Amino acid sequence: MTTKTPSKLEKILRDGHLAVTSECGPPRGSNIDHIVKKGELIKDHVDAINITDNQTSMTRLCSLAACIRLKLMGLEPVLQMVTRDRNRIALQSDILGAASFDINNILCLSGDHQSFGDCSQGQNVHDIDSIQLIQAVRHMRDEGKFLGGDELEGKPEMFVGAAANPFADPFEIRVPRLAKKIAAGVEFIQTQCIYNLDKFEEWMKGVRERGLHEKCFILAGLTPMKSVGMAKYMQKRVPGMDVPEEVIKRLQGVEKGKQADEGIKMCIESIQRLKECEGVAGFHVMAIEWEEKVPEIVEAAGLYPRPNGN
Amino acid sequence: MPCTGKVDVIHIMRSFEKGADGVAVVGCLEGECHFNAGNLMARRRVEQAQKILDTVGVGGQRAQMYNLSSSEGPRFAQYATEMTEKIKELGPNPIRVAKNKAA
Amino acid sequence: MIVADKKPIEEIIECLKDHKNILVLGCNECVTVCEAGGKKEVGVLASALRMNARKEGKEVKIDELTLERQCDREYLDEIRDSIDQYDAVVSLACGVGVQFTAEQYHDKPIYPGVNTTFLGATEERGVWTERCQACGQCILATTGGICPVARCAKRLFNGPCGGSTTGKCEINAEVDCAWQLIVDRLKALERLDDYEKLCPLKDWSTDRAGGPRKVVREDVKQ
Ligand code: SF4
Repeated sequence: MTTKTPSKLEKILRDGHLAVTSECGPPRGSNIDHIVKKGELIKDHVDAINITDNQTSMTRLCSLAACIRLKLMGLEPVLQMVTRDRNRIALQSDILGAASFDINNILCLSGDHQSFGDCSQGQNVHDIDSIQLIQAVRHMRDEGKFLGGDELEGKPEMFVGAAANPFADPFEIRVPRLAKKIAAGVEFIQTQCIYNLDKFEEWMKGVRERGLHEKCFILAGLTPMKSVGMAKYMQKRVPGMDVPEEVIKRLQGVEKGKQADEGIKMCIESIQRLKECEGVAGFHVMAIEWEEKVPEIVEAAGLYPRPNGN
Repeated sequence: MPCTGKVDVIHIMRSFEKGADGVAVVGCLEGECHFNAGNLMARRRVEQAQKILDTVGVGGQRAQMYNLSSSEGPRFAQYATEMTEKIKELGPNPIRVAKNKAA
Repeated sequence: MIVADKKPIEEIIECLKDHKNILVLGCNECVTVCEAGGKKEVGVLASALRMNARKEGKEVKIDELTLERQCDREYLDEIRDSIDQYDAVVSLACGVGVQFTAEQYHDKPIYPGVNTTFLGATEERGVWTERCQACGQCILATTGGICPVARCAKRLFNGPCGGSTTGKCEINAEVDCAWQLIVDRLKALERLDDYEKLCPLKDWSTDRAGGPRKVVREDVKQ
């Protein structure tokens, strides 16, 4: 199938393979070693690596610099970009900067509210929202123009993604919201961490009923639980996260030292189940500060070796 | 006054400005206000006045809210004594003292 | 209306510490309705300031006055003859009133006595909530009459973020999610299909972003 960009992730998806992506948070300081290390750790097991953009509003080294670093190592980064901190001038400018380093994937987000982070007294920008950012990137790429209408000298060749949270409210517009993102031009979706598989499958059913799975690639998001504590925290504290009681009970059912293993096992089982779900085009494995487990999960889930993407 | 609900912060403030050593607002028992919530509002206003009085150095403790029913003569007497004791302890209103000094 | 909240008295006392003749100036409009700067609040603040000065052994004259409005020259003119008696004014009007008073009385220090907070409505006595951010380009027609600019913490134009939970906003379980309200309302209007219409990039030039704004109406100008 023909691709629209030089993105390796796009190629793999269009070739009909189940894609695997993962993500890393940049360091809270200028020492970039650990991103390099994380990249090395998982590079053979994933097709692309998202770099988060000041996630949960904790100030970190910028996503763009970390993406460039991965690119220079020969890896395939996905530039996450939130509209919280940049207006349309800065967004366009950063997109061009990323494109100049042949970063070919972008994930358009609105971002967590700044009150969750270390600068809760700061302003937020929100000049445009995530859906408008999708439109903006597509406009730059396909029309070769700035939002202001001027011609670009060199278009950003980016495969455009966004997030979807099938578990947030109001549930009845969660499928329409995906349709809206597709209408805006999104090409791939990475979902919120899935723990409630029934609900996810219900959402996917709605997605299929409207044929939306044929209009974009949906990567199911998964995060292994490290402990009961983490599961409870996610259930109670993280807005828009759906952690069913069974997940907590199952982790509670094993002794403390084995909970992490159980979490990995559950993650692998989820992937196996969702491989059967029509419309799931791949997996986004977010092992938060636990990247060393990604290869194990990918292998056990039968997603290894990865296609070379050429 | 028909009801303590009529008492406003400004009434309490003015009393102290004029030199009162203490202000006791005595309302009906909570839940038994003829006008539903007059005495509850009064309590909140007394609390607000207390805060301001603390800020300007008069002392919020000089304003107090009490509740009783109309048949409770002895309790009224008890509150009055309590209040007098409290004020004696606190001494004279510093505003009046300052005023007299200035005069 | 414009909603304001009281400033801590300590802060006002600090501003006024070097002044001897002070006018506490209220406003009969919005700040009266939201009980932050009307005649009553003027009385309480003036009384507190007088007691404070007394206690500190200072001779300070503090007068009270509440004007019909402080955002209109006509009413501000009412203090033209008396203003010279004062060396400072505490205005309990919104930020507009404070500034307009200062413009009229150029050599008088005018201190703010309230924190002007937002354009909102009275939910119940003592509770006010924000409704409008005066962006200069009203989009309520497309959002079911609920404003995502003023009421969504991320001012999203195309639907709820992933943090919307059981009707509440991700920033605080006490705050309604604007997009839940919009969706509920579109449903009630039988217009839920409208949700899928893409909302184009907003022109913020009519907002604060475009610099100080001005409305000129030739039809009513004199
Ligand atoms: S939860 Fe609702 S109101 Fe809050 S930021 Fe998200 S969309 Fe906006």
